[in-house]
Amino acid sequence: MKSHLLLVASRFLSWPFFILSIWILYRGHNLPGGGFIGGLVGASGFLFYDLSGYGRPKQGFFSLKPFSFLTAGLGTAVLSGLPGLLAGKGFMTAFWLPGFKLPLLGSVHLGTPLVFDIGVYLTVIGFILLLADTLAEEEKL
Amino acid sequence: MNDLMVIAPILLPLMTLILCLGLEMSGKRTGMVSLISVGVTLAVATGLVMRVASGGTLTMAVGGWQPPFGIVIVADLLAALMVWISAFVVLAVMVYGVKGRGHGHQSGHAQVLIQGLLLGVNGSFLTGDLFNLYVWFEVMLISSFVLMVREKGIKQLGGGLIYVILNLLASAMFLCGAGMLYGELGTLNFADMAVKLSAVDDPAFVNTTGSLLFVAFAAKAGLFPFFFWLPASYHRADPALSALFAGLLTKVGVYALLRTFSLVFTDANGFSSDIILYISMATMIVGVLGAVAQYNVRRLLAFHIISQIGYMVAGIAIGTPLALASVIFYTLHHIAVKTCLFLVGGVLEMRTGSPDIRTHGGFYKTDPWLAVGFLIPALSLGGIPPLSGFWAKLNLMQAGVDTKEWLFIGVGLGVGILTLFSMVKIWNESFWKDAPEGMERNSLWPGKPYAAIFGFCCLTLVFSFYGKFVFGLCEDAADALHDPRVYIESVMGGEDK
Amino acid sequence: MITVLCILIGLIFAGATFCLLRRSLMRVLIGILLLGHGVNLLLLASSDPISRNVAILGEDGLPTAAGSADPLPQALILTAIVIGFGLSVFTLVLARSAYMRGGSDDMRELEREEEV
Repeated sequence: MKSHLLLVASRFLSWPFFILSIWILYRGHNLPGGGFIGGLVGASGFLFYDLSGYGRPKQGFFSLKPFSFLTAGLGTAVLSGLPGLLAGKGFMTAFWLPGFKLPLLGSVHLGTPLVFDIGVYLTVIGFILLLADTLAEEEKL
Repeated sequence: MNDLMVIAPILLPLMTLILCLGLEMSGKRTGMVSLISVGVTLAVATGLVMRVASGGTLTMAVGGWQPPFGIVIVADLLAALMVWISAFVVLAVMVYGVKGRGHGHQSGHAQVLIQGLLLGVNGSFLTGDLFNLYVWFEVMLISSFVLMVREKGIKQLGGGLIYVILNLLASAMFLCGAGMLYGELGTLNFADMAVKLSAVDDPAFVNTTGSLLFVAFAAKAGLFPFFFWLPASYHRADPALSALFAGLLTKVGVYALLRTFSLVFTDANGFSSDIILYISMATMIVGVLGAVAQYNVRRLLAFHIISQIGYMVAGIAIGTPLALASVIFYTLHHIAVKTCLFLVGGVLEMRTGSPDIRTHGGFYKTDPWLAVGFLIPALSLGGIPPLSGFWAKLNLMQAGVDTKEWLFIGVGLGVGILTLFSMVKIWNESFWKDAPEGMERNSLWPGKPYAAIFGFCCLTLVFSFYGKFVFGLCEDAADALHDPRVYIESVMGGEDK
Repeated sequence: MITVLCILIGLIFAGATFCLLRRSLMRVLIGILLLGHGVNLLLLASSDPISRNVAILGEDGLPTAAGSADPLPQALILTAIVIGFGLSVFTLVLARSAYMRGGSDDMRELEREEEV
């Protein structure tokens, strides 16, 4: 079933969902949120297009393929573990940059756990999109 | 540097997996990258075995969190040996060649999934944390699930579904056991659990959680009565893949049993291991009887896995240092032998187009080398001296005599004869008798499968004629298992603090 | 309170077992999902979550006072949920394509078709 209405709406909904998901991803280290939940919310931005029945756009950000997300996500997650190894400590040992203050965000802490979370986030998006693609493909059979 | 070596068998497959994903996206072939990576993993594993054999257990606290609070990666001799043999198996199976459908996205991601499988297997061997073991199990299982059903024929789906559902159930059991253990002990680190469980004087608790974990591992290892998924699914996958599964997957279950029931749930901690001995004997008998009745070559071999798993687990139940050493030796020998037999079975199937050995024949005349490649592992599996299977069984029986388990010895010898019988059956049908009329035989294959089979034959011969050296390694590994203080000290003491 | 949790876990396990013993593949899947939830609750129960405070950081973002719930089981559950999510989705796709190709979601029918 195709819904033109939903297609139009998804153009407006997908970006806010994506930005919301990044916020959820960022706050996740100490508060509810994080890579997994952020990824689910972010993926739902993509899924609006699928639900409309017209499929995802052919170009632009929302046309990225699931495997790009999966590869980038897994790669980022592994990379976040390497600094610990290079420093001669355990794999995935956390390193933090000194905190600094930004308007709007308050005090900002950046470090390898956040990088790992970004990896998880991208992987989850890739996984959900792959799932959606697979199910949609089966539909045609 | 110490640290890097412990985690390299996990990191290498993980990075290769990502690299292969990336390469596949741009439509490139990944076979060579993957092969080289497994070769490097094998080299690293060899180094790891040598280091651990000379310098003792290596550990690494992941994330810098010291045990028992964080996850710790532990390479003792047992884990190092298992990592080594699994890298060898994966390398040989890759040489044999995994069927892909074209390249890029069309390949069905075979290389990615095989790397995932190796990642899960190595992780399971190296982890020192019960919950982390669960995670590695799942990594391994999901890779094998997808490998098993990726051709998407209805034939594979049925067997695949049984495999998936039973393993999901086993995982739930595993989690229950782990949750209850954590609730009582407040730790999931193997070494720490062993210490804390010895202070718990509550046989009901120990036996309940122990049994939950036992059932979970038994389902993965294919023990009686949880083995039905194995002969229903293995022979449906691509020959190279089924050889990979046959060699590795059940043995990870055996390894988990070996680790858990020699370290945590011991008789000294109040777990009654008699039941394990009886279950393993039932496994031996049922497996071999199933094999005797089969004419589908790989299905027959799949039933044999079950009966051989019975031997290994019986050794765990006996639990003396000699028994544990022979279990480790048995596992190494069995991985080499069984993978080789599956590969030979795969060649037979490919060349005749039929898995039924009654329709085969005459391979001894036309392919004497294939016949040798079958005979060495088959006789070794049957326990003919001086091949490795003989030493494995001899030592296991010796351990049985020492502890006066006469019933086990009777069962073990009887099952040994039946094993030999069904090997002779394949030999007679496929190799010895004249080719039946109308049997089609494809022209010779390229040399790759033969190279893989040759490699396994060499490994079997090394296990046979350098048995003393290999068994010495196994004895060292078993001593460490039997005296858990060494393990506990090296994990909890943590040299790399 | 812990008693209620125990009864709940028992009920979920009973329901899961009932579903697992059905012949319809879909029911079996639901059974496995239920079982996963039961196990997660069991993990939660092992940390005695009800009588204690929120783990580590309270609502004000500061560490909670003594007696915070053990955070590890919660981390374990999260891991188990994520893994369970992935696996059950995979099984769902598998069951779906078995149904699409075989035209049946009866386990026994699927097996019979294999033998042919």
